[in-house]
Amino acid sequence: MSKILIYPTNSLVLADLVDRFGHEPLSIPQEIRKKVTSVGLDSPPLNITPEDPKIGLKYAAVEVPSGVRGRMSLIGPLLERADAAVVVSDPEATFGCMGCARTNELVNFLIRAKKIPMLELPYPTNEDDARDFVYKIAEFLQSSEVLKHE
Amino acid sequence: MSKNVKIAQLSCGTEYSGIQPEIEAAAKQVNAEMVFADVDYNDIASIEKDFGLEVASPDLKLLMARAKSIVDGKTDVDAVFVATCFRCAEAALARSEVRRYIYEKTSLPVISYSFTERTTSGTLLTRMEALTTMARRKSLLARERQTGLTAGIDSGSTTTKCVIMKDNEVIGTGWVPTTKVLDSADEAFNKALESAGIKQNELDALGTTGYGRFLIGDNLSADLVQEEVTVNSKGAVFLADKQKGDATVIDIGGMDNKAISVHDGIPGMFTLGGICAGASGRFLEITARRLGVEITELGDLAIKGNSKNIEMNSYCIVFGIQSLVNSLSTGAKPEDVAAAACYSVAEQVFEQQLQEVEVKEPVIMVGGSSLIAGLPKALEDLLHVKVHIPVYSQFIGAVGSALLVSGLVDTSKK
Repeated sequence: MSKILIYPTNSLVLADLVDRFGHEPLSIPQEIRKKVTSVGLDSPPLNITPEDPKIGLKYAAVEVPSGVRGRMSLIGPLLERADAAVVVSDPEATFGCMGCARTNELVNFLIRAKKIPMLELPYPTNEDDARDFVYKIAEFLQSSEVLKHE
Repeated sequence: MSKNVKIAQLSCGTEYSGIQPEIEAAAKQVNAEMVFADVDYNDIASIEKDFGLEVASPDLKLLMARAKSIVDGKTDVDAVFVATCFRCAEAALARSEVRRYIYEKTSLPVISYSFTERTTSGTLLTRMEALTTMARRKSLLARERQTGLTAGIDSGSTTTKCVIMKDNEVIGTGWVPTTKVLDSADEAFNKALESAGIKQNELDALGTTGYGRFLIGDNLSADLVQEEVTVNSKGAVFLADKQKGDATVIDIGGMDNKAISVHDGIPGMFTLGGICAGASGRFLEITARRLGVEITELGDLAIKGNSKNIEMNSYCIVFGIQSLVNSLSTGAKPEDVAAAACYSVAEQVFEQQLQEVEVKEPVIMVGGSSLIAGLPKALEDLLHVKVHIPVYSQFIGAVGSALLVSGLVDTSKK
């Protein structure tokens, strides 16, 4: 089982696809779940504290907005664990949506800079493209470059 | 218990910055709740076209869609709070345009704020208090005359001021440096009572404002405890006799600054600056000390000087003062240094705060710093409009308090 970072990092469709092919999807809902259920923090629904943007300083400098650094405190550790990545560009918000464009730019850059096996796909706009989209992801997830991390 | 106020939150990044609980805590302290306008996917998908601003961040599209929902009357709220991350240029554009959009298309009070992860509920409290007052007490804010015998105490960071008012006139004043909050308030209060020739038990009502307002309000059983944005707006238009129509009130304080757009005496958009001491009265105090003159003499000195003769490399209270000291060491005239200090403070307020409010004439400058003549002159040079300094401008908060609290006396009598 390889650890596959997905982008958009909250896409349920991508997370499900990765899971169906026997890999571990690295997605932000897992990290948010920890923030919601951790004992001792008291700010539901999302228990990000002012300490989290400081953790994000590992990935972005202090002059980067706090919202970007707070997001990076969740996404950055996922990126560090990733063996491979599936990135979908220009997705519809209903497919998966990251709220901050600056964070998205940074995450996409860091994925590429990590030099891990990566599949980049445009978001499909018709049914034929959607089938092709799923086939390409399946092919990637079963490829030797991904499976060698198992 | 005062009426619960619903404040619509239009924001991007508050949760991931870890400050959402701080916003909610500040709102709770003034018996308000933050609410989020319901929008559907199609509203977000079409908002760039509808609103006219293209942005890359989906959360900013959501922010704009929520603003439109309020303007279209689909979401019922009493006030609007617009907040985005500090240092995000795209968000700053959206925040500014959305604030203007709400201000122009609705009668709702609106404020905007750019935050970091260091923003606390304490920082937000005065802003939330002002916002809820505008929503909750419009009838009180519409008051144009002071009636009866009332007092106002303004506990500022540098000085504590008190006025006694009777039948729309100031009849006594007290002004002391702030040391211990309660002691300074007592001293200013007693001075004002003495100069008015009355006793405390003759007063119909007392109002407090400023940093120490809660403590002094509790101690003296004040009838009204109110933040500075509201009382300064009322005090300014009252003293300047500009109660009808538009006005802009500017108060450069010892620790923070206020720039307030006022219409018919009621504050609309406002900004509170408090991050940089270089843009505060403190900068001028240090300059006066370095020049060996009293702060009361600095303004007249500045009027005689020319700020352009001094090269200021920084607005910072450390490095800016260093520039002034360097100029003195190379033979600069003290009056030019005084003028440069005033211009530096005014320019920073102009660049960082006055861009966030609609500057409409008359521009009324209030607070102790308004008496430092070089400062309003520097603002006039920057804004190219006449800056009005009303009589008693240094007592502005106290006058506003005494005026507003007289409205509560009338209400209780009815």
